[in-house]
Amino acid sequence: MASAFSRYIIKRSAYTLFSLFGLSVLVFVLARVLPGDPARIVAGPQAPEEVVERIRQQLNLDKPIPVQYILWLKSVFHGDLGYSIYTRHSVTLDVIKYLPNSLELIIVAAIIQVVGAIILGVASGWWAYRWPDNIVRAFAYIGISVPAFVWAIILQLVFGWWLGWFPVQGMFSEGVTPPPRITGFHLLDSLITGNFVAFKDELWHIFLPALALALGPMAQDARIIRAGMVDNAGKDFIALAKSHGLPDRLIMFKYLFKPSVIPAVTVMGMDIAALLGNAFLVEIIYNWPGFSAYGIAAMLRKDLNAIVAVVLVIGVIYAVANIIVDILVAYLDPRIRYLERGE
Amino acid sequence: MVEEPPLIEAKDIYVGYKTYRGVMKVLNGVSFYINEGEKIGFIGEAGGGKTTLMKTILRILPPNATNVRGQVIYRGKLDLMRISEKEMKRIRRRGLSMIFQDPTSALNPVFKVGEQLMDIIKYSRLEEGIKLSKGELKEEALRLLEEVKLPDPQRVFDSYPFQLSGGMRQRVVIAMALVSARELLIADEPTTNLDVTIQDQILRLINEIVEKRKLSVILISHALGAVRKMTNRTYVLYAGDIVETAESNELFTNPLHPYTKALLEAAPKLTGEGIGKGIPGRIPDYVNPPSGCRFHPRCEYARERCKREKPPLVEVKKGHWVACWLYVKR
Ligand SMILES: Nc1ncnc2c1ncn2[C@@H]1O[C@H](COP(=O)(O)OP(=O)(O)OP(=O)(O)O)[C@@H](O)[C@H]1O
Ligand code: SF4
Ligand SMILES: [Mg+2]
Repeated sequence: MASAFSRYIIKRSAYTLFSLFGLSVLVFVLARVLPGDPARIVAGPQAPEEVVERIRQQLNLDKPIPVQYILWLKSVFHGDLGYSIYTRHSVTLDVIKYLPNSLELIIVAAIIQVVGAIILGVASGWWAYRWPDNIVRAFAYIGISVPAFVWAIILQLVFGWWLGWFPVQGMFSEGVTPPPRITGFHLLDSLITGNFVAFKDELWHIFLPALALALGPMAQDARIIRAGMVDNAGKDFIALAKSHGLPDRLIMFKYLFKPSVIPAVTVMGMDIAALLGNAFLVEIIYNWPGFSAYGIAAMLRKDLNAIVAVVLVIGVIYAVANIIVDILVAYLDPRIRYLERGE
Repeated sequence: MVEEPPLIEAKDIYVGYKTYRGVMKVLNGVSFYINEGEKIGFIGEAGGGKTTLMKTILRILPPNATNVRGQVIYRGKLDLMRISEKEMKRIRRRGLSMIFQDPTSALNPVFKVGEQLMDIIKYSRLEEGIKLSKGELKEEALRLLEEVKLPDPQRVFDSYPFQLSGGMRQRVVIAMALVSARELLIADEPTTNLDVTIQDQILRLINEIVEKRKLSVILISHALGAVRKMTNRTYVLYAGDIVETAESNELFTNPLHPYTKALLEAAPKLTGEGIGKGIPGRIPDYVNPPSGCRFHPRCEYARERCKREKPPLVEVKKGHWVACWLYVKR
């Protein structure tokens, strides 16, 4: 029976590959048919037409789009996403350089999001319609309606400028030596090299932007967990648990929590994947040296290979998040693990 | 001989449910008692408030229950409605148990049967000062699964509820109830959601257990024949009111209240199968319940007074009580 589940995961992965392929075609074509001539941008507005034409040929932009795509795909299979027409660097290397900074921010945000959502959701659901719930619901309402970049500005103003509890921007304070690059994830690298000063310093810097990113999805996830808790609290399996005199905390954190959190896991996973998109503006507000600034620059400059790479990386992160969520849900919910879904 | 106080005596219970339409006023001043060693029955249509009443006794009402009032006197001394949650937990762990109506919704869908059962055993035994090891808990769980005649206890132990049939699930729920059933077993429609073919087996199993352990029993059932056979006294609950009660034999041979008469007539005869013809009309809306006698919109004998005043429960014959203006002599 369990093999039915692995078949399901394999099938899901195949779908995912297929949709990533579709996504790549879409961005590839879109990036090329939208107005703006990359060759002209590279050459500069004053350059004579022959130069522009030569650049166009160098970039293969004179060939039909399907041919361009096949050439591109071939190099992708060799791990090469092409060159940025702007920085003249390999896009692959750019991704490797900038992405970990963003992932770090997102991972910290995700932890805040999930832990916060669980605490708030459980408290709110357990004390439904009482004061803890009222506070959480009010917070959730605000949390959901305020976008991440607005949180970013508010938190920066209040805790950065006014109260001065946290740094206003950047990744490390002046005078703190960043760790050497091992994994590219600075927090991890600091730990590996035993550089706790850098570790603490970065945590201190990362907190506000991560919190800004986390608040919205945290509020949404807390609401879903709360709804599950409230819904299940009225079910007979909870009445049965109570009828046997099981302790409240066992009911709350085991028998009520688990069935209530399962529906939220899917949403939480998608929210985490969406953090990368939301991170664009937040990274700029906090001057965080991440992927987003790179992505925005690529869009503005019509840096074709960079645009496609940025979109694909986001697509891959979504896909990976999806698969992780599926596995996690199946791990938590035996009904899914044992019964083949779909067919 | 000094008369023992009843095991449970519920007095004037009111319970409502908050809904988006307003408050449903379900239990409307219900009183009943059960003596030690006694077997009583509750009958009445679906939605009459039987389950609500039982959950009130055990204090396991859902969170949207509201305006809960009345007394539940336990052995003449404790009022279960007023003791602390901690004390109530001890009583649940030591003496009172309930078999739930729908075994599918009564078992937690995401935990294995064995795990759920072991937790129940663990806290029940802790109450007696016995701390069982994991192995002992499992042994005890398997023993209970065997006691309820599940064919392959080890397999059931390792299964999730959705992997079991309805009848097996109900046996699991019964096994759970057995953990702490020392005094009272509440069987809330233990067979309604089961296949007809196994209804008998389950009832027989419950009967056997009750005899073996000398338990007091509250049996709620639509299987009127079973209620008559298995209980000494029966209460008829209609729309949150006790409308009639008497010794079971008396009640089933000589029903007095118009609702009871209709109910017994509507029931499939003991030999027949399927559902009876039903009583015309339906249980009233609890948000705006009928004034006076809650049965009056459906009663062919309804008079002016029935709409105005609620009839009191009066003893018409020895031990036979009826709440109906027809039986109030003036
Ligand atoms: N949690 C709840 N919220 C709102 N209404 C409820 C809730 N639980 C029960 N009710 C309603 O209260 C009324 C009484 O329900 P209850 O389950 O006590 O009846 P019952 O006599 O046990 O019926 P059945 O024979 O179907 O089991 C019904 O109208 C039911 O819909
Ligand atoms: S009190 Fe009136 S309405 Fe109610 S059952 Fe008796 S006769 Fe019918
Ligand atoms: Mg019921």
